Amino acid sequence: MEDTLKQITEAVIVVLMLGGAVCACIFKDLLNAVIATAFVSLMAAILFYFLQAPDVAMAEASIGAALTTAIFVIAIRKTKRFEE
Amino acid sequence: MRILISAILLTILVLGLAFALVEIPFGANQINSSLKPGRHYLENGVDETGAANVVTSVVVTYRGFDTLGEVTILFIAAIGLGAVLYTRGKRLPEVKPQPASLILQTGCRFLFPLILVFGTYIFIHGHLSPGGGFQGGVIVASAFLLVYLGCAEKKIARTGLAATESFAGLVFVIVGLAGLAIGGSFLMNFLPQGTVNTLFSAGVIPVIYAAIGFKVGSELAGIVGDLLEKSQ
Repeated sequence: MEDTLKQITEAVIVVLMLGGAVCACIFKDLLNAVIATAFVSLMAAILFYFLQAPDVAMAEASIGAALTTAIFVIAIRKTKRFEE
Repeated sequence: MRILISAILLTILVLGLAFALVEIPFGANQINSSLKPGRHYLENGVDETGAANVVTSVVVTYRGFDTLGEVTILFIAAIGLGAVLYTRGKRLPEVKPQPASLILQTGCRFLFPLILVFGTYIFIHGHLSPGGGFQGGVIVASAFLLVYLGCAEKKIARTGLAATESFAGLVFVIVGLAGLAIGGSFLMNFLPQGTVNTLFSAGVIPVIYAAIGFKVGSELAGIVGDLLEKSQ
């Protein structure tokens, strides 16, 4: 029972990640795309935690979801926000 | 002619990679396969390195040279960014940053030391609990990011960051070379291992993780500062 629940949670997380990745590709507003990328990273971190890899989950959450997003947002602020 | 040469080179590359990788049983259960590094790490890692966290014993001891490579890659990336944003000579127009609200400034001032302490805790305890030099270093860098964003009028001493980074990198290499001199192999664990699960255990692992934490933290803080201050 517990195993099934865990597998369902993991499947939901993977589907959410796929959705976030597709959104990041099709959004024309680059700020939204960056937020979608950060969402994918955060979900990946949660998935790593479920798969018993807390070290990787920490790295993914801090680098992928936090610092990369900040650097992308700075880059967008210095350039253009909308894709043509 | 060029197509022919590139096709030949591509064939050589593909054949070389195929011959190199054909022996590795991809997809097989690695724990029970004929190559058993994973099982060896799990069974003997704690006894051999004294680190309670097996991932740390792999990252810093068994695969320590790879970690040095990772740190070097990060260093080269920071140098590349600095070269792209190099602005000495031409003066940037001095932009007076708009002061943040009182709530944001007080929040930054309150949170900055707490985040620093948390990042330090993560990399000091890397051999005991999940986390390590890279994760703790990124958390330290995020504290600097908070200051850059929230208290824009505070100037962060860039030379201090650069000096910390160089010193931490030197400590990593010197510890590795000391292992070579004393123990006979690069990054050999030459300090006493102590009792497992205490802070001062696992020999050189906490030293190396502290060096990595300082290096990654100051490096990423420098990258964020470069992006925010030098570019326009």
